[in-house]
Amino acid sequence: MSRAAIDGIVRPKGARNKVLRVLLFFILGLFVLYYLLPLFVMVSTSLKSLDEIRGGSLLSLPRNPNFDAWGKAWQSACVGVRCNGLRPYMWNSVAMVVPAVLISTTLGALNGYALTKWRFRGADTIFALMLFGAFIPFQVVLLPMARTLGLMGLAGSVTGLIFVHTVYGLAFTTLYFRNFFIGVSDGIVQAAKIDGAGFFRIFFHVMLPMAPPAIVVTVIWQFTQIWNDFLFGIAFTVGDSNPVTVALNNIVNTSTGVKEYNVDMAAAILAALPTLLVYIIAGKYFVRGLAAGALKG
Amino acid sequence: MSNVRLEKVWKRFGATEVIKGVDIEFNEGEFVVLVGPSGCGKSTLLNLVAGLETLSSGNIFIGDRLVNDIPPKDRNIAMVFQSYALYPTKTVHKNITFGMETRRVPVAEQERALKQVTELLHIDSFLERKPGQLSGGQRQRVAMGRALVRHPDVFLFDEPLSNLDAKLRIEMRTEIKKLHQQLGKTIIYVTHDQIEAMTLASRIAVMDNGHIRQFASPETIYEEPEDLFVAEFIGAPSMNIVRGRIRKKGQYVVEVIDEEGSILFPLPDRLLKPAAAREDQEVFLGMRPETITRKGAQRPSVNMFSFQRAIDVVEPTGPDTMLVFTLGNIEAIARVHPEDREQAGAKYAFEVDMGKAKLFDVKTGKRL
Ligand SMILES: Nc1ncnc2c1ncn2[C@@H]1O[C@H](COP(=O)(O)OP(=O)(O)OP(=O)(O)O)[C@@H](O)[C@H]1O
Ligand SMILES: [Mg+2]
Repeated sequence: MSRAAIDGIVRPKGARNKVLRVLLFFILGLFVLYYLLPLFVMVSTSLKSLDEIRGGSLLSLPRNPNFDAWGKAWQSACVGVRCNGLRPYMWNSVAMVVPAVLISTTLGALNGYALTKWRFRGADTIFALMLFGAFIPFQVVLLPMARTLGLMGLAGSVTGLIFVHTVYGLAFTTLYFRNFFIGVSDGIVQAAKIDGAGFFRIFFHVMLPMAPPAIVVTVIWQFTQIWNDFLFGIAFTVGDSNPVTVALNNIVNTSTGVKEYNVDMAAAILAALPTLLVYIIAGKYFVRGLAAGALKG
Repeated sequence: MSNVRLEKVWKRFGATEVIKGVDIEFNEGEFVVLVGPSGCGKSTLLNLVAGLETLSSGNIFIGDRLVNDIPPKDRNIAMVFQSYALYPTKTVHKNITFGMETRRVPVAEQERALKQVTELLHIDSFLERKPGQLSGGQRQRVAMGRALVRHPDVFLFDEPLSNLDAKLRIEMRTEIKKLHQQLGKTIIYVTHDQIEAMTLASRIAVMDNGHIRQFASPETIYEEPEDLFVAEFIGAPSMNIVRGRIRKKGQYVVEVIDEEGSILFPLPDRLLKPAAAREDQEVFLGMRPETITRKGAQRPSVNMFSFQRAIDVVEPTGPDTMLVFTLGNIEAIARVHPEDREQAGAKYAFEVDMGKAKLFDVKTGKRL
């Protein structure tokens, strides 16, 4: 909503309402602090030296901030026996998340389009079954999936993880796109059919150009889910092919030597940074798209 | 050859029968209007001709070609939708040329066709805008343009004007009629609006519940409706249909009785034969509102008959004033000149042209 539209709202006036508003903003302010505090502690701790951490309080600002801990977390912290930092695992995650998001979003868009605009016998049943997939807990699919990956020869590889995430994500991506495309007039597809366009031409030239809100929502959702996933990562990959979440866990839980809180904090922030960036860049569309989906669902 | 022929066409969606055995033939170059109440299957019939729905049974021919299994794009038809169905992300230009691009028409030819139709429809000044930036009337024209560039054998229009305001609707109506005269192509046009139907059609097909009730010229539909349904559906306000009994009082009359007394409507010569066959039986007497006026307001003729009734309600419409009065079991409407109006409650001397009256069978609803 634009600023003018918000300012244009007529509000009740009077002392009582003023007090209520002040109270409201005070409470909201408390919530903001509550949410910001952990982030503040993490950032400030990551900029301190180990001595300072041991000596000072959790909430104090760093005396001479430096990025030593960040550098260590990125390239020389020890994950298990290797001391190359998070960097290689970060690339594992990128190599996993990019294809998994692209493939699951593309397939979800195709599914949503086919389910709404090329209605066939049993379309509703298929959709109901796919929707059911969204409610299956991770734990339930672990063993069957491990066996399937083994049979496919993908066990312990990033490719296997991409496959798992794509399959698991289909339920969500299909749901988002179906809810979006169901709101698109069938007439547009009929017009395109009369214009001579086939299934894929209508998809790429007519439907997809209308779908950016759905695409953005789906990409953000899938990106966060897949990037932040720990369970599939730890279950289906080994050592070198671990995603960053698993590596982070290994750094933090290393039992040898002193606990380097500053490095742990820096590593945690590094691992979370990509999702944060995605939210900041596309968050506006996310809220808008979710609202649209909710209305049309 | 681009006549369209439907043979015993049935369409079912699951268990619901929507089109129930339609047999109809539209001639080449004809402007056919399909009218009927909401949900009677007009759009479905159009979609069947377009190939957007598959037939349950029967045959559809366009020209000499059986098109049952031919996809929409190869039927050489063009369609204009009620909601226009423009591609929202494409410019007007691309909306119109998308079909030609799909069919790989050379670019030079595309541009030529585009120029031709956009000039014809006066939409050449906003080719680079998106549909969202156009008014309803402009969108409507773009939708027409998209259909025109195909040079189809048959145009299908599904309520193309229903989203426009009254004034624009009349303008576009005239333009569509002009367009038809210029192009001479077969047009099948669906509408709710019977004025549109009467003004545009060379023939009107009245549909009801999956059947074609009557298919004839507008004049025939208006003056010689096959049955009660057509008679009531066409004409606004619709025909007054009163229950009465045929009597022989010197000549044949229809006796209508209500609280204000009985009226004996004399039947014209034209109706003597059916009347004689139904002496003392019930019938429906149909009289269009414009045939009932103030006494002395119409050209005198032997078929004029006058009667008195109290006015219940007065409804001015501008050019005419509607007087509502009770007749038999219905609220009847008379259409009089505005200067002939009287206050509600007043006794009024009406005059009806019985030469235009119609009789309908009570059981079958057929016109006698
Ligand atoms: N895909 C479908 N599945 C089931 N029933 C349908 C389907 N399409 C249409 N119908 C039904 O068929 C009947 C006729 O629909 P149709 O759209 O042809 O009516 P219409 O005459 O065009 O009405 P309107 O004037 O309101 O546009 C309606 O009762 C409708 O509910
Ligand atoms: Mg319709």
